[in-house]
Amino acid sequence: MNYMKKIVIVGAGTAGTMMANKLRKALSKSEWEITIIDKYKTHYYQPGFLFIPFGGYTKEDVVKQKDVFLPKDINLIYAEVDRIDAIQNQVLLTDGKIYKYDYLVIATGCQTRPEETPGLKEANWYKNIFDFYTIEGAIALHEFFKNWQGGRLVMTITELPFKCPVAPLEFVFLADAYFTKRGIRDKVEIIFTTPMSGAFTKPKATAMLGKLLEEKNIKLVPDFYVESVDSENNIIHSYDGKEVAYDCLTIVPVNMGDEVIARSGLGDDLNFIPTDKNTLRSNAFENVFVLGDASNIPASKAGSVAHFSADVLIGNMLETINGQPMTHSFDGHANCYIETGFGKASLIDFNYTTEPLSGKYPVPVIGPFSLLGNSWINHLGKLAFKTMYWEFLLKDRKLPVSNKMSMAGKNND
Amino acid sequence: MTQKTYAGVALEVNDEGYMIDKNQWTKEIAKAIGLEESLELTAKHFEVIEFLRDRVAKGEGLTIRSIGKSGIVDIKGFYALFPGAPLKLATRIGGLPKPVSCV
Repeated sequence: MNYMKKIVIVGAGTAGTMMANKLRKALSKSEWEITIIDKYKTHYYQPGFLFIPFGGYTKEDVVKQKDVFLPKDINLIYAEVDRIDAIQNQVLLTDGKIYKYDYLVIATGCQTRPEETPGLKEANWYKNIFDFYTIEGAIALHEFFKNWQGGRLVMTITELPFKCPVAPLEFVFLADAYFTKRGIRDKVEIIFTTPMSGAFTKPKATAMLGKLLEEKNIKLVPDFYVESVDSENNIIHSYDGKEVAYDCLTIVPVNMGDEVIARSGLGDDLNFIPTDKNTLRSNAFENVFVLGDASNIPASKAGSVAHFSADVLIGNMLETINGQPMTHSFDGHANCYIETGFGKASLIDFNYTTEPLSGKYPVPVIGPFSLLGNSWINHLGKLAFKTMYWEFLLKDRKLPVSNKMSMAGKNND
Repeated sequence: MTQKTYAGVALEVNDEGYMIDKNQWTKEIAKAIGLEESLELTAKHFEVIEFLRDRVAKGEGLTIRSIGKSGIVDIKGFYALFPGAPLKLATRIGGLPKPVSCV
């Protein structure tokens, strides 16, 4: 009897889809059965949610069916996973089915958990409190903004880490532009609270973004760690007794890994899986790999990180499968466009050891994108990315940028 | 990087005042740094600092959330002990590197 070896991928979002394509291309169909499991049939382009409250995109712009992006000759299972039994090398579904594996890729992502913050998801959820990290929240906020005549708009980050670290900043920059265009910017007070000590983490980017906040008359409230929301009186409270009042609260709730990780006993206290930051292999199991937001690696939770790290992971998985030592190492490369409003954007490109630096990307001098700059070309880059995502990234067609962060074109002073 | 003297001991600290060599740390040094921050350290302060030093020694990351679950203090208690930016303050007093806030 011919025994096919098996790879199971849990999660068919950005990371899972990319790995499915890479693995199917690399591995013989007669020897390797690849199964991918996900609860949902739809795939959302999450970077597009940011534009929905301001009328830029609609739901149709950001949603597609998952199966279009997955390779043929793969077992595509739409079902819920009950738990992963990494000791017995099997994935158990809630319907009772069991999928055994030789190698496992966990790509279950991370989700927003408004229930983790007392007072947040109560009577006023989606009435004057919104998240734009879900399609429902983004659409509800769009409805609210349409008729809003002004007041205190507070953008709040609850806790670190959270996916798409620049999105809250983009949100306030776009809000500034949106209300300016509507002629009511003087009636809207925009406030940005964060548990960080500045607009961002690393010095050069923090300075650039902090300056933009000031220029756009957006008030920064740093070192604010949200304890609870008083939705009756429209106040957010910090753990050390500080308060910020709002008329409209837009919040990034606590982000946690999928509950299946908790049920499987594989995660930390935020359900993220302890993973080697260079090899991308689970710290606990030699045949388990983790890609994307589901891991605890100290890189941003972002699609670009999933993309750059996927190339490392496929290399390491193929070496492991062939009984060779892993030679590929992820450098933590991330890049993010930052919408700054009025048709412009900035761009940051960095990794584990190098903070965002100024310069040109991807080609030295020519660019065309300017790092830490503020340009309309960067904005075009951000918009064009939606097409790149659907047509190239997910299906593992090559993009003309290097996976490892490059110092070419960067100013290192 | 500069040299500073705490409790009679000359130490190397970085630009933000964090000790370069965490092995040189003593409770006396902690009390001296605490005084710089207008903070008088109690047994509870030291319990939290030992917890942080232990985690760093094991290679584990530091988060306010994990301190809140430590059983030593809850998050409110942590803020009460080390006001303002508690993790930055506690690590500096505890002779540990400033935690890397990765976003």
